Amino acid sequence: MKADGKKLIWKEYQKEIADDHYFYARSCIRQNFFPGSEKAFTRIMKDELGKDLCDNQHHTSCTGIGYHTDVVPFETTMTVIARQFSLMTEAGYSNYIASCITSFGLYTEIIETWKHFPETLEKTRDFLYKATGREFTVPNNLAHASDIIYKFRNEIAAKAKYRLVDKNTGSPLKVVEHIGCHYSKMFPHKGVGGAEYPYVLTGMIESWGGEVVDYPERRHCCGFGFRQYAIQANRGFSIACSRKKFDSMEPYEPDMIITNCPGCPMFLDRWQYALSEMEGRTYGKDKQGIPVFTYEEVAGMLLGYDPWQLGLQVHQVPAEPLLDKIGIEYDPEAKFKGPNGEDMGKPAAPSYLKFYQE
Amino acid sequence: MQDSASRFGYFVSPDRQIDFDRNNHEVASKVAAAEPGLNWCISCGTCAATCTAAKFTDFSLRRIILQVKRGELKGLAREAQKCMLCGKCQLVCPRGISTRNLILQINRVLQSENL
Repeated sequence: MKADGKKLIWKEYQKEIADDHYFYARSCIRQNFFPGSEKAFTRIMKDELGKDLCDNQHHTSCTGIGYHTDVVPFETTMTVIARQFSLMTEAGYSNYIASCITSFGLYTEIIETWKHFPETLEKTRDFLYKATGREFTVPNNLAHASDIIYKFRNEIAAKAKYRLVDKNTGSPLKVVEHIGCHYSKMFPHKGVGGAEYPYVLTGMIESWGGEVVDYPERRHCCGFGFRQYAIQANRGFSIACSRKKFDSMEPYEPDMIITNCPGCPMFLDRWQYALSEMEGRTYGKDKQGIPVFTYEEVAGMLLGYDPWQLGLQVHQVPAEPLLDKIGIEYDPEAKFKGPNGEDMGKPAAPSYLKFYQE
Repeated sequence: MQDSASRFGYFVSPDRQIDFDRNNHEVASKVAAAEPGLNWCISCGTCAATCTAAKFTDFSLRRIILQVKRGELKGLAREAQKCMLCGKCQLVCPRGISTRNLILQINRVLQSENL
């Protein structure tokens, strides 16, 4: 393709991301799966970048999981989301950030619906007013939290203590980036780089010194897929999707995986354990697996935050080999200690996956 | 390793993807060397449509040829032996392939490879 043509297409897939004054909506599952990620995001935004971020305790789930598993009707979802927007309006903000990819996809879907069917917007206003007495305005700018980190990736790189580089060889780490399906596969123009070439995580990896791995199944779903996982009998499809990705990326010997979705790091991390127990199959060097991180965890690690404050101890695939490779300092004894130094007990070791470092 | 279905309540679903990089292409090349008609087949299905066995069972020469070409050989030896060599398919094949010889060669190669 001619370079001019490529630039022209690329232009269509850039999105406007607000500079400051954000209303932050957390995810309903991320705090359980990767408990330090959202805290790392608010810390980076406030302490490192000096941005105004409203972290409101009154918002609820967006109903995304219920909506995508067909148990919550669209009208209900629209009304719940209208309530989130009313909290934003009440707090005096107009730039909305979603922590969750599915929430981001759902907000986008609903704002688009309201744009094309104004009568639906009026109906939702009516539902919300009757149910809660609240009113709202539609956000001026909607972004996913990874868009914000992408926007300020160079500022974070300038403040970072470490880079995505092997400290012994000086060569960039090989990083697999995995974008949540609801980021730009539904509405390509709402994501940086569209559905085919999403650049949001690639941009971060390049700015932070890593090398992106381009492998055949790069755009394949992680396997979460809501209905595949929500019904136990269907989980075989979910794990088969993850295995397809691992088999495809393994020959490239990736050092780590970075994701921007609540479900993807959960499944890419935990399925490595399930696959090892089911089939005795492990990925990565020395049966250690391929460590999986959220982009906030990676940003926090590079900025020099304590890995255990970032919640890396709840990962199934241990993060220590990667921390050692980059040269990040940590206290191995503190891994399973609580915030006041109390002993939390150690989890049982898996049969095949190497969990404890000798 | 414990049985995953009893421990987890599910197992890894088999992949439906045809992986030409990993599949066995030895059988196809050996059959084609003995009976070049393998490469002439256009998978029209006339053989399967006229097959007496296929009228009562799901036996299909078209599918067997396709599987040999793709290198998907699981369960193929047993399937290929179901042919009664009546030769009706040979009378109707628009490419004039010696289908009886083809199935004999497929059987021979699968047996010699212990597949």
